[in-house]
Amino acid sequence: MSLPSKNGPSAVTTERRFAPVAEVGAAALALIVVGGIYMASYAPRRAPLALPIVLAAASGVLVLASIVMLARTKGFAWDKFFLVGRWTLLSYVIAAGLIEFAFVRDHIRGGPLAVITAMLVLFAVIVPLIISFTVARYQSARGETA
Amino acid sequence: MTDTKAELSPQGPAADLGPPPGAPPRPVIQIVPLKGLPIVAVVLAFLVASIGFNWQWGLDFNHVAGGALWTGIDLFVGLVVGPILGRLSIPARAEFSARFMPKMVLLMPTLVAMTLAPGFQLALDLGNLKTSSPNHSWLIVSFIVVGVMAIIALSILEPANLAVLFEMRKPRPNGEVIAKLMKRFIYTAGITGLMQVATLVIMTRVASQ
Repeated sequence: MSLPSKNGPSAVTTERRFAPVAEVGAAALALIVVGGIYMASYAPRRAPLALPIVLAAASGVLVLASIVMLARTKGFAWDKFFLVGRWTLLSYVIAAGLIEFAFVRDHIRGGPLAVITAMLVLFAVIVPLIISFTVARYQSARGETA
Repeated sequence: MTDTKAELSPQGPAADLGPPPGAPPRPVIQIVPLKGLPIVAVVLAFLVASIGFNWQWGLDFNHVAGGALWTGIDLFVGLVVGPILGRLSIPARAEFSARFMPKMVLLMPTLVAMTLAPGFQLALDLGNLKTSSPNHSWLIVSFIVVGVMAIIALSILEPANLAVLFEMRKPRPNGEVIAKLMKRFIYTAGITGLMQVATLVIMTRVASQ
């Protein structure tokens, strides 16, 4: 099927529609950010942990959902996904590690540190997932013409 | 669920960015400008030292200089460059993007780190985060503003930026894809630019109380 173009009747391209991996990932990121703001708003006091735990758990569920949706995608440019994914993962693991180090150095211990660590792990997974998915969705899968 | 070919978009000859016959070869697009990495490393080393030694001038410098540049670039890109870019032809936009986007890959995360990390430390040191401080609620609002900007930047802006660069590296880049992603980039830069105005109001309030 083709649509007439303003520049020529035969010049058309198809754009695939993908599962909302990036959108669900963005929602997961938003939950982490809300949890982080909630905890930071109590600083330097210790924040109640119930809400951040619920937010982190909900974010984890959304991340899993994103990964499942992504794994079920066929004809995807997995080579580009993993190429971008491994470098962005490296950079965000370093960033999350630095933030974790700052909290440890500031004597955050016990429950708050565990919640922050979980949030940082999710952060370090979500952002590379969104970035590499967005790049790969516009690339051709191996064997297809670019 | 995931693989239905659904949306068709028109794409004419203007969107074909392949080189015309006899044209010089297109320059190779470097996604991360390697020459800029040493500069970033120096800036980050200065930032880490300022935080690690709780160096007041270093914290102030990083926070103020980083914040001013972050705000200024966001506003300029979103409100000045964006509308101009929107009126250019697709090949012109692609040409501009090829030179502009790699610089943003290094520049913006560095400025964000320069601004936010010392900002939090300054807020702790100055007691602005204490609930008894008149600045406490203003800082919570600034956290929310920064949080929204972070979500936009990490889930829309940065992925769009990298996707444009990968598209540009193809032998025949798709101008429609570049135009669509650039539009996304410029709109979100405009939104974060406007949110930066809110940050300016908050930070000048905090500094004057």
